[in-house]
Amino acid sequence: MAKKRVVSTTINGKSIELLCEPRQTLLEVLRDNLDLTGTKEGCSNGNCGACTVLMNGRPVVSCLVLAMEAEGASLETIEGVAQGGDLDPIQQAFLENAALQCGICTPGFIMSTKALLTENPNPTEQEARFYLAGNLCRCTGYDKIIRAVLDSAQRRQAALAAERQHS
Amino acid sequence: MATANNDLRHTNGHAKYKVIGTRPVRHDGVDKVTGRARYGADIHPSGMLYGVVLRSPHAHARIRSIDTSKAASTPGVRAIVTNKDLLDPGNRMVELGEGAVNLRHLNHNVLAADKVYYRGHAVACVAADSIHIAEQAAALICVDYEVLPCVTDVQAAMDPKAPLLHADLFTEELGKIGTKPSNIAKHFRFEKGDVAAGFSKAKFVVEREFKTSTVHQGYIEPHNATALWNPDGHITVWCSTQGSFTVRQQVAELVGVPISHVKVVPMEIGGGFGGKIRVYLEPIAAVLSRKTGAPVKVVMSRADVFEATGPTPGSYMKVKLGVDAAGLITAGEAQIAFEAGGFPGSPVGAAAMCVFACYEVPNGKIDGYDVVVNRPQMSAYRAPGATQAAFAMETVIDEVCEQLQIDPLEFRLKNAAKEGTRRVDGPVFPRIGMYEATLAARDSAHYKTPLTGKHRGRGVASGFWFNIGLKSCCTATVNADGSVSLVEGSTDIGGSRTSIAMQLAETLGIRAEDVVPAVVDTDSVGYTDVTGGSRVTFATGWAAYEAARDIQRQLINRAAQIWERKTEELTYQDGGVSGPNGLRMTFQELAAEVQKHGEPVVGRGAVDPEGCGGAFATHVVDVEVDAETGKVEILRYTATQDVGTAIHPSYVEGQIQGGAVQGIGWALNEEYFYDAQGVMRNSTFLDYRMPTALDLPMIDPVIVEVPNPGHPYGVRGVGEVPIVPPPAAIANAIYRAVGVRMQELPMSPPRVLKQILAAIHTSSPRH
Repeated sequence: MAKKRVVSTTINGKSIELLCEPRQTLLEVLRDNLDLTGTKEGCSNGNCGACTVLMNGRPVVSCLVLAMEAEGASLETIEGVAQGGDLDPIQQAFLENAALQCGICTPGFIMSTKALLTENPNPTEQEARFYLAGNLCRCTGYDKIIRAVLDSAQRRQAALAAERQHS
Repeated sequence: MATANNDLRHTNGHAKYKVIGTRPVRHDGVDKVTGRARYGADIHPSGMLYGVVLRSPHAHARIRSIDTSKAASTPGVRAIVTNKDLLDPGNRMVELGEGAVNLRHLNHNVLAADKVYYRGHAVACVAADSIHIAEQAAALICVDYEVLPCVTDVQAAMDPKAPLLHADLFTEELGKIGTKPSNIAKHFRFEKGDVAAGFSKAKFVVEREFKTSTVHQGYIEPHNATALWNPDGHITVWCSTQGSFTVRQQVAELVGVPISHVKVVPMEIGGGFGGKIRVYLEPIAAVLSRKTGAPVKVVMSRADVFEATGPTPGSYMKVKLGVDAAGLITAGEAQIAFEAGGFPGSPVGAAAMCVFACYEVPNGKIDGYDVVVNRPQMSAYRAPGATQAAFAMETVIDEVCEQLQIDPLEFRLKNAAKEGTRRVDGPVFPRIGMYEATLAARDSAHYKTPLTGKHRGRGVASGFWFNIGLKSCCTATVNADGSVSLVEGSTDIGGSRTSIAMQLAETLGIRAEDVVPAVVDTDSVGYTDVTGGSRVTFATGWAAYEAARDIQRQLINRAAQIWERKTEELTYQDGGVSGPNGLRMTFQELAAEVQKHGEPVVGRGAVDPEGCGGAFATHVVDVEVDAETGKVEILRYTATQDVGTAIHPSYVEGQIQGGAVQGIGWALNEEYFYDAQGVMRNSTFLDYRMPTALDLPMIDPVIVEVPNPGHPYGVRGVGEVPIVPPPAAIANAIYRAVGVRMQELPMSPPRVLKQILAAIHTSSPRH
């Protein structure tokens, strides 16, 4: 067993130092070392997207990232999406559009949607489908997920407009 | 928020209901969008060890010996188990809630005994301090295999010269046990009327053969189990399952303890579709825990899930249909052979019951064959068996319609099964909605809009699936603040906490949000059968209704005491108790009163309902075929379904959409590729290609409500039937688009292209 290493990283705005083996994936460390189990494991080879987290703002499948690569990075997981006790508009849109059934893929979809809306605040249906093609859902047939994503975009726009009005 | 709910009322509208038909946010929703919901793999009891299963690299082999000594001496390894550590439960059948299972076969499937029957068959399991140590140690176990010839194809396995899987398997031929071992576990037959006479009356007779590939349920969450065997002999199992009580029974049988010594804690479950009923890891985790004294967790890899769990059978089928000049079916004949996997027990029986079930078939004969092959033990998958059967039947109907020059939906309306229709396998239908679902398809905007464009075509197909009853329990406690805590035993895969809570709320006249539902462990609620057979909203919803009626009775008694009236003078209505002279207390007022005086009010519902209503669906699909590559694109999709009563329309729609898309995947891409050695070559999500968001349009569900007279709120099972029509509907659409009849699933680009090229070849003049 290789010697454990210290990794300094930021997770959901909190600076932390963690101990891990060089062979451990970011997914394993999030779930097993840090008990951040909202990030799900579906395939461990990058095909299902259930383990999607944001690394320096970009979506990555954490099963294909070594924990040691997180040194100095800023990570965001599903546990950090709701701010100050309020759901993010994406989370609210997923709830109100009934965009989940079993819910195992939901954290990954929400993280990918967050990245999508940062890159493209007003996606078309086709753009949303393209961006989310790396996230598998076996329950919903995607219909209500895509509607929730488009609804999230509108909610975000409305929230931004309201913010601008206040300032 | 009554107004918000009213705004979201679905168009059918239930004037008589206040809660049913609305779309509240599900009770477990926030936990699931914030990552707080704990699924099976998410728990880490202190001191937990990790288990890794060693699996067979061979499709068929005898195990001469297993040497675990090297693995056992690896630092950090705590225990190793093989089949010897399980209890041999004997060669006997037990009822596990949804179908009977041979316990010895179950035991041998969990950990192979003398033989492995498929690649991926579990052979041993190591528990160690870390997952990585366990993986390394598992690789050090030496298994001496005598590799045997394998057979993975159902037709090949039926050949008397095929390699035999089980020397002690004798065909049950029409009820009689044979004398020679064979891979055909069972041959059964259903008959009705006079088939020969029926075909003699037919003007058109079409007979075709079909093949379908093995497909997997494809849930995103891999199987997992964590177990703790306490020194007092009591075992706790945490797992993701469709049925906590069936897991309790299976674990008890395989490790040899009374069921009361096993507590199963159902964690949130990341999809099942029929594949999370049989146990795989739970007994292994339990015996590892007994050996180590620590909790042990075992989680499958995705490759394990593909190679060793699920899938649902590939098939060989032949369907023959006779129709008279008036377009009425005169006779039908079907032969259906299903892969059972390494052990007998495929869902071929259900396939045989479903194949002609959508129609009035006066004369019919159906033969079913259950055939063992060197593939994983087959499991249920959403309407198990019905999708394969419908692929055959519904494409034969399309050919018949072409010969008759009749609109395929008109044909279905003309021949639709209805109340009083006797199925070929015997049962007589109660009030059903095959006709109404098909009418809704014919009258849909989709079907009325002409489809134009090159290589485009429209197809339709119908499907049937049962709705089972079985046992369910609920208890409901009235809280002083006017809410109700609802405890139930049905694991919630897709929002059933809410559909059950809504039926309780409707009955008590309170809001859905005033019910706090909880799915609890097997020690904390009455026996409840599996989440399967489209039964939970039907049967556990009924249990919630009974619990609410029980609360009504108790509140009437309480009000009678308060008002010093006879209970017969009082009624429970509109969310409260009313009596003579304007006496009235609301549920909320009574709830507060109950807290001050007298015994608490706890309602109980325990049901095993009859009165299941069958579910019917008709789908319409437009496709465009790329004639150069054979790739099929879905342009538009409409799915109609008789749902009885839609309790929560959003989740009903979700079931219809999700089922349709699983059917689309089955139709177009999904299949198991085996090489000559019986090794699955596509055991990843990259190569086992399930539909992605990019592959699909929106799926338009049309909810048809023909209330089921056998349920207090008219509920029918919803979840399964939408997977049934898609492969046939798409095959029929491909025919209209490019003129080729597809008789093999999946209709992947190479297969479609092959048919297109063959058609060009036969139609072009020879030189």
